Amino acid sequence: MNATPAAGHAARSAPGTGAPGTVHEIHEHHELSWIRKYVFSTDHKVIGIQFMFTGLVFMVLGGLMAMAIRWQLAWPWTEMPVVGRILFPETGRVISPEFYTMLFTMHGTIMIFFVIIPLLTGAFGNFLIPLMIGAPDMAFPRLNMFGYWAMIPAIFCALFSFALEGGGPAAGWTAYPPLSTLESAAPGSMHGQTFWLLALTFVGASSMMGAVNYVTTVVKMRAPGLTMMRLPLSIWALFVAALLQLFALPVLTAASIMQLLDRVAHTGFFTPTNLVVNQMSPEAVGAAAGGQPLLWQHLFWFYSHPAVYIMVVPAMGFASDILSTHARKPLFGYKPMVYSIMAIAGLGFIVWGHHMFMTGMNPALGMTFMVATILIALPSCVKVFNWLGTLWGARIHLTSAMLNALAFVAMFIIGGLSGIWMASTPVDVYIHDTYIVVAHFHYVVFAGSVFAIFGAIYHWFPKMFGRMMNETLGKIHFVGSFVFTNCVFYMMHQLGIAGLMRRTADPYAYDVYAHLQPLNQFISISAFLLFAWQIFFVVNLFHSLFWGKKAERNPWHACSLEWEAPSPPGHGNFDKRLEVHHGPYEYGTPQVAEDFLPQTRRA
Amino acid sequence: MRILTTLLLLALLGLGVWTFADAHNHGWWLPPNLSTYGPDIDRLFYLILWMVAFFFVLTEGILVWCVLAFHDKRKGKATFTHGNHKLEMLWTAVPGVLLLIITFTQMGAWARIKFSSSFPDRPPIAEVYASQFDWRFVYPGDDGRFGTADDLENAFEFVVPVDEPVVFHLRSRDVIHSFFVPYLRVKQDATPGMVIPVWFEAVEEGDYDLICAELCGWGHYKMAGRVKVVSRPAYEAWLRSMKAKLMSNGSEDKS
Repeated sequence: MNATPAAGHAARSAPGTGAPGTVHEIHEHHELSWIRKYVFSTDHKVIGIQFMFTGLVFMVLGGLMAMAIRWQLAWPWTEMPVVGRILFPETGRVISPEFYTMLFTMHGTIMIFFVIIPLLTGAFGNFLIPLMIGAPDMAFPRLNMFGYWAMIPAIFCALFSFALEGGGPAAGWTAYPPLSTLESAAPGSMHGQTFWLLALTFVGASSMMGAVNYVTTVVKMRAPGLTMMRLPLSIWALFVAALLQLFALPVLTAASIMQLLDRVAHTGFFTPTNLVVNQMSPEAVGAAAGGQPLLWQHLFWFYSHPAVYIMVVPAMGFASDILSTHARKPLFGYKPMVYSIMAIAGLGFIVWGHHMFMTGMNPALGMTFMVATILIALPSCVKVFNWLGTLWGARIHLTSAMLNALAFVAMFIIGGLSGIWMASTPVDVYIHDTYIVVAHFHYVVFAGSVFAIFGAIYHWFPKMFGRMMNETLGKIHFVGSFVFTNCVFYMMHQLGIAGLMRRTADPYAYDVYAHLQPLNQFISISAFLLFAWQIFFVVNLFHSLFWGKKAERNPWHACSLEWEAPSPPGHGNFDKRLEVHHGPYEYGTPQVAEDFLPQTRRA
Repeated sequence: MRILTTLLLLALLGLGVWTFADAHNHGWWLPPNLSTYGPDIDRLFYLILWMVAFFFVLTEGILVWCVLAFHDKRKGKATFTHGNHKLEMLWTAVPGVLLLIITFTQMGAWARIKFSSSFPDRPPIAEVYASQFDWRFVYPGDDGRFGTADDLENAFEFVVPVDEPVVFHLRSRDVIHSFFVPYLRVKQDATPGMVIPVWFEAVEEGDYDLICAELCGWGHYKMAGRVKVVSRPAYEAWLRSMKAKLMSNGSEDKS
């Protein structure tokens, strides 16, 4: 245990004080081996960067799956060029319906559990929290490292399932029983589904370790003078998202284990009596019955609805910081912004039933869930108006980071507003499970969160790697992404209003849907272009990583604490004592000659 | 870049307005509405649409203006303000009231469609069984009871009379399915282990696509059915022909 990581030592030595005084101890420690420094690192920055690259690699994988889905929807049962020969030799180079269900199941699973949540909370939660609160590292650095490495068995389980008999899981990312629990129900409900549940459990463990860390660090390790009401919105958002995970995740983990038991130990939590699945009675092969499929839906959505907010609240936080910094103007209404995050999170726990309006759940219960769900539009509305208030009278610098944050606001508005249709129970009778739902959540999670993630990468890249990203490439990347994103997802609203169902491999067999194929082809072509356009981001990322212009400490002239550290910060983060005197958004203040007043500087 | 960004955001605003005005010309809009409670659903859809359209144009419009007007070439610093209490109260209260109105206007229609207390007072016309990947419609026969020897079973086609409320019981034999007829604005999941009553009233004769709306396995996409809405006499004639078929099948079995 001689190689106690330096940062971990520092974090333990002075909890609660923010420990800026322990900086000297840190630099006295001997150099860590390469493995401990870059692979099994306990440094929050390295772990954050590990999460970031893992998330980006999986975004490519999940994106490729989306491309295959789009191919099928535009030209069903048509030979896939190039990849068809390699992937589907036995089905005549076309996507089989079995494989199609696996594709959208794993597209959703990967994008949610291996891309958005790891990028927002894993990458930026880890990287930003200690830096923005002036701490040398996380409260529990080893737990933090373990949190990242718990992702590896999850990744293994998720990908390995494709190599098993029956193939990958095919019950949708929502894994509704009995489709997911009975092996006779679908080919993908063989071992693939078991491994999917294991993957989910490992991801949950990883998130849990992160969440415990974030909450403790934010509560105990803030720099002197940094009160809760002086925290940047990013930190507030990550803090609230971590609380959401702490309260909601145990329920998903318990439900996953129940479904696992239904599958491997033949319990009957979710399997009702007297089923005949594929000419086979589950009871005849020893499965217990008498269960209730809706129980899974309640437990699953009790986690997975708050998970939607875990996937967007941190994005709101990043957007708030980026908007204020690059607009050179204080965030409009700091306190209402904090309270609205809390309100979204709090209400997020009592709206899960809106996924179940059509399940046969008591319709009176549906009505109460509708009221709570519509109310959640209110804090979202406050946030949008406060962002607009921030921009009004500002001096907007259209950097790549800012463009992505502006796009986040523009498109979150669409995702938020379309939510009101879903919340309303009678309208939901028609639009439930149609493409308008697909459009809605992609506007929130892709057009919202992913654009905020791009913005956050452009904004914090200088701090992460000590180099600037290329602005020209950043702007080219932004323009194409913005155009194609809207071509893809806006038009999905129209498909949904026309009544098109989601998760259908070939909708054109129905008279009502036959005329929608040209629109689907337009969407698919736009989606291919959107995917291809990301090459500008990849080139920019790697080029800047090695050859980018060297970044100074505070290239954006921002007020918050992370810009007090060197770029990139060494172990222990700060090379000077920090004391905080005011909030994080003192841009354009008349108190000083410059247009910003750092948190550490007295006016 | 400022002009380009303004144009991009303006284009998004334009896209919204254009689809609102023109989408129905391309069939990218609500399909015909042929049930009695369908107009209630569509009316609420449009109510929300108008409200959403207003806030969409308002907020995106402000955003476009901000990008265009408040650029970094302006002289001096940005306006230094941490917020405006009155303004924030205003933009919390107004949407709050509107959202409450929206909420309460939904309740009547929802109760009418789904509450058992508001169901038409008549016996179920059939039991509808969903299974991987087809639909079965079981009519009770002369005794009016299900599960007896004179039950009439029809595959694929759900024959119902026009202009009268049709009540049926929805069941699933295996996994979760969903009974969805876009033209009739009807949707209800068939959850195994539950018997769920559903009703609708069609106002026009015709054949309408019945679609499974809940993922039920690899063949989900082809789990098609049809609701055949016919006149009362035609419906009764069809029932008689089904009975005759059952009788002849029965006599064949005996011989």
